[in-house]
Amino acid sequence: MSSVKTISQEAQPLAGKPRRKKRSPWAEVWRRLKKNKAALFGLTIICILFILAIFADYIAPYGFDDQDLLARFQTPNSKHLLGTDNFGRDILSRIIYGSRISLQVGFIAVSIAMICGGTLGSIAGYYGGRLDNFIMRIMDILLAIPGILLAISIVAALGPGLRNVMIAVGIGSIPSYARIVRASVLSLRDQEFIEAAKAVGANDFRIITKHIIPNSMAPIIVQATIGVANAILSAAGLSFIGLGIQPPQPEWGAMLNNGRQFIRDYSHMTAFPGLAIMITIFALNLLGDGLRDALDPRLKS
Amino acid sequence: MHKYILRRLLLLIPVMLGVSFIVFTMMYFTPGDPARIMLGESAPEAEVVRLREELGLDDPYLVQYVRYVKNAVVHQDIGRSYATKRLVFTEIASRFPNTLKLAALGVLVAVILGVPTGIISATKQYSLFDNIAMVLALVGVSMPNFWQGLLLIILFSINLGWLPSSGFDSFKQMILPALTLGTSSAAIITRMTRSSMLEVVRQDYIRTARAKGQVESVVINQHALKNALIPIITVIGLQFGYLLGGAVLTESIFSITGVGRLMVDSIKSRDYPIVQGGVLFIAITFSIVNLCVDILYAFVDPRIKSQYK
Repeated sequence: MSSVKTISQEAQPLAGKPRRKKRSPWAEVWRRLKKNKAALFGLTIICILFILAIFADYIAPYGFDDQDLLARFQTPNSKHLLGTDNFGRDILSRIIYGSRISLQVGFIAVSIAMICGGTLGSIAGYYGGRLDNFIMRIMDILLAIPGILLAISIVAALGPGLRNVMIAVGIGSIPSYARIVRASVLSLRDQEFIEAAKAVGANDFRIITKHIIPNSMAPIIVQATIGVANAILSAAGLSFIGLGIQPPQPEWGAMLNNGRQFIRDYSHMTAFPGLAIMITIFALNLLGDGLRDALDPRLKS
Repeated sequence: MHKYILRRLLLLIPVMLGVSFIVFTMMYFTPGDPARIMLGESAPEAEVVRLREELGLDDPYLVQYVRYVKNAVVHQDIGRSYATKRLVFTEIASRFPNTLKLAALGVLVAVILGVPTGIISATKQYSLFDNIAMVLALVGVSMPNFWQGLLLIILFSINLGWLPSSGFDSFKQMILPALTLGTSSAAIITRMTRSSMLEVVRQDYIRTARAKGQVESVVINQHALKNALIPIITVIGLQFGYLLGGAVLTESIFSITGVGRLMVDSIKSRDYPIVQGGVLFIAITFSIVNLCVDILYAFVDPRIKSQYK
């Protein structure tokens, strides 16, 4: 009888060990992201950019439109850390204020694309059949026009300005989100928890919004991060050819366009805004790559 | 095989119609009265009304669209430039070779720089070469190509005086624009090639080839590369489209007489028929390129070939 182990004896080894805290999946993603130094670097830069944008009035040494015609074309010096432009405006201040415009364009354009694209993609994926075909054909048509040309076309029709740039760039990005969401929906649609939800009587809208979309967030987030980068680039490109944000708004692409005429003698006017764009895009790409690795289900240990 | 090509050709038509529909709609809603713009501000009202009737500008939306498509297909007439009064088609077609040349050179630069770098990066993963290549690729992707063009001009034209900064006739003149267009594409292709090769190299059939004692270079070049090529070809095709769009900015910077620069100038002078005509032109070219890429797939990917045997 003594050789037969009782249940309480079997349970002994576990007694005294602390219970492991349950980790939410998002905390797990954050933990993995933290390990990626490059991604953290990117995230830090984006946070700095946000701070610059929000507190521009306090951080920038001058206003973005303060002309000082006696101080034109100055190269970097102690009074103007990045020099001045052809109107004597401080370039550093303009770059700081420009971050506001760039972040606005980036996030709003991506939001437009995500909401429209996500809706279209989930409808196409969930209902399938001819509706799916029809929606995807329209996406193909949008994709046949290279991004910047589509944006040019839309802005030419709607007129220049910040709002229309956001709409134009947003519309151009709709197909990518539509495809991503559709692919997610297709893979989730036939799973059992969806069947269960249907059995309980959830209507289609509820199923899509409460069950399918939350489970498709990973690729959407990665695409969104890279999407903000592309939106900023497109907006800068549009402003560079005079179609986007109008002067005296200190958009980085417009600053590049302005400095172009003086490139021979005053190259600092083009170097610094371009550097600002590059650092922003670089940081967003690092973050996007890091998020993709952190969210990759295959790497789950 | 032929069925595959035919199917893809037929699919092209609805997409083209769709693009023309979008372009026409943009035109239709652009502010301004085309007849008034063509005749000028000081022309008498009666003449403007007459021109509107002649051009059918007061007809319903769909009637005008159908007319637009008919004109485009039958007479190659997609409108007239407000500025020069010549057919949009002739204006664009005369400049198109330059744009095509530029985009092709860009793709060439991108592939020559990108594919080998990606392959070496993949085979020597985590080495110094790989790390440097990946950082450079990331920088390349992050740099706006119009800024890069300006930087190249500052460096090579202004400071060093080695290369000219405008024109597109001599070989020397083509170097900077091609580099500008090509390098950000090269960065994307490098990353894509590397990740595609890495995926392929992990496959079992590569392990088998190595286990059989095959020479490493053959393993890479004949087995791995062929299979890795498919997504790479997709990316190259997509890049061509991106380059056709990117040519717009590059042509402006380097003063190249191409469709892109024509479009930018027309935007500034509000010559909208040219703008929209240019978009249509480039979209059609891009679709044809994608079609060629799809046909190329059928030759490279035996799975597609066998489907249509």
